[in-house]
Amino acid sequence: MLRDITIGQYYPSDSILHKLDPRVKLLGTLVYVLSLFFFRGAAGFAAVTLGLAALIWLSKVPLRYMVKGLKAIGVILVLTGMFNLFLTPGEPLASFGIFKITEEGLKNAGFMVIRLTYLILGSSVLTLTTTPNRLTDGLEKALRPLNKIGVPVHEISMIMSIALRFIPILVEETDKIMKAQLARGADFESGNLIKKAKAMAPLLVPLFISAFRRANDLAMAMEARCYNGGEGRTKMKPLKYTGKDGWAYLIMAGYFAGIIVCVWMSRNGRNS
Amino acid sequence: MSIILDKVNYVYSEETAYEKQALNQVSLKIEDGEFIGIIGHTGSGKSTLIQHLNGLLKATSGGIYYNGRDIYEEDYDRKELRSKVGLVFQYPEHQLFETTVFADVCFGPKNLGLSRKEAELRAFSALKSAGLPEEYWYRSPFELSGGQKRRAAIAGVLAMKPEVLILDEPTAGLDPWGREEILNQIASMHQELNMTILLVSHSMEDVAEYVKRIIVMNQGSILLDGAPKEVFLHQQKLEAAGLLVPQVTYLMQELKGRGIPVSVEVTTLKEAKEAVLQAFSNRRLG
Repeated sequence: MLRDITIGQYYPSDSILHKLDPRVKLLGTLVYVLSLFFFRGAAGFAAVTLGLAALIWLSKVPLRYMVKGLKAIGVILVLTGMFNLFLTPGEPLASFGIFKITEEGLKNAGFMVIRLTYLILGSSVLTLTTTPNRLTDGLEKALRPLNKIGVPVHEISMIMSIALRFIPILVEETDKIMKAQLARGADFESGNLIKKAKAMAPLLVPLFISAFRRANDLAMAMEARCYNGGEGRTKMKPLKYTGKDGWAYLIMAGYFAGIIVCVWMSRNGRNS
Repeated sequence: MSIILDKVNYVYSEETAYEKQALNQVSLKIEDGEFIGIIGHTGSGKSTLIQHLNGLLKATSGGIYYNGRDIYEEDYDRKELRSKVGLVFQYPEHQLFETTVFADVCFGPKNLGLSRKEAELRAFSALKSAGLPEEYWYRSPFELSGGQKRRAAIAGVLAMKPEVLILDEPTAGLDPWGREEILNQIASMHQELNMTILLVSHSMEDVAEYVKRIIVMNQGSILLDGAPKEVFLHQQKLEAAGLLVPQVTYLMQELKGRGIPVSVEVTTLKEAKEAVLQAFSNRRLG
């Protein structure tokens, strides 16, 4: 049941996306997210959809596996859709009591839900194709210039990599404790909200304790290996750009230019 | 009264890159009052197998029957099944959560819908059966030592008065004293409470001394199934599956190799002692 959470999970494969330098993918994700919020009109929508489809196809990760990750944010999607649908002022199309659906609302809701869905799918391509280690290596190197103005880049990326590393561990642990309590007759599903919240105690207390225990063990293990932060630390596998990274940057630039053209065209079209 | 498994298959993370066949056509019959050891290398499917027995995992295909009833039937009460088939997970002390040991042990019986008084009576006798001294009962479970925590956690399952008790590596991470104490406690529960017991372990020593039947798992299927003596005869098969026969068996083989006429079909320390004495008295007579 909990194994369905795919956000932040790595999916091993040997696709071209898996082999790209993490910095390329980080910038790519940024560009993609920007384009999601920039695009206007049908042409832009088509470009973004095509881009996402190409990414998913290139990543060789089964689509079904990705869509499973969407389940977790289903509630947010529905809520966002509802708010936009009912609360946008404009020409009313239909009304139910105090609620009325407007044309603008319908449009907004549709675009918002699509944007959020694409956002999650697109950014999950990043984590599905990049191991947490490479991801934080990339982030550390990309943000290195900030070190000069006193931002502890290494520490931040270390925290991130530990956090990412712990997601699957804690998911597994939750699964285990849940099963152990189910075996003792616990019931996590039935009853009203208060009863359900109360039923969480036998799950959350052991989970917190185990998280603290693991954190403690990890801190101890790091101390024992004389870990002392980023100062003078070298990498076993330093990141190096190769030819395909260059091509990826080019494609990315082309994509972004395309999106800008779409935005410009739709704006001109509206003005004239 | 029995548990029957009929060609049970189980696949983890079906249709993803992590897909793994954890159980492969496992068929098995467990009679009432048996004391069974399940052994196997890490990842051989032991833990997956036992989670099927109380319905925590649902087989990908195949059937499981408890006392003649199909547990996958629509109207089968799986919550009741879980109270009948008690499962003590690996490192069960990690599931303790209440403010006192006693309250924690009451959790199971309370979930069964018993009155407070009945739950406490059960907790009382469960803690006694698990052999946790009374002075610890009203302390926080987190103040206890590893071995005591484990007893408290085992009591938490015992308090549900299961007919079948399954323990997944109950001695993992305990010192030799703790191991022996826990195993003796389990053996006496088998005798006094007449429970069916399944003991999962990868230590042959643990298993050889106590159980009457051994099921050897390898790569998701049953490799061997029989009395300890029969199973340990298949030394090569066991070694190929990454397992060892008990150390005393190796010792006796070594002795025989050096010309001392002892029996090599020995699996426990007590038998080894007798075999050696026998060999010496034969020599004195001869």
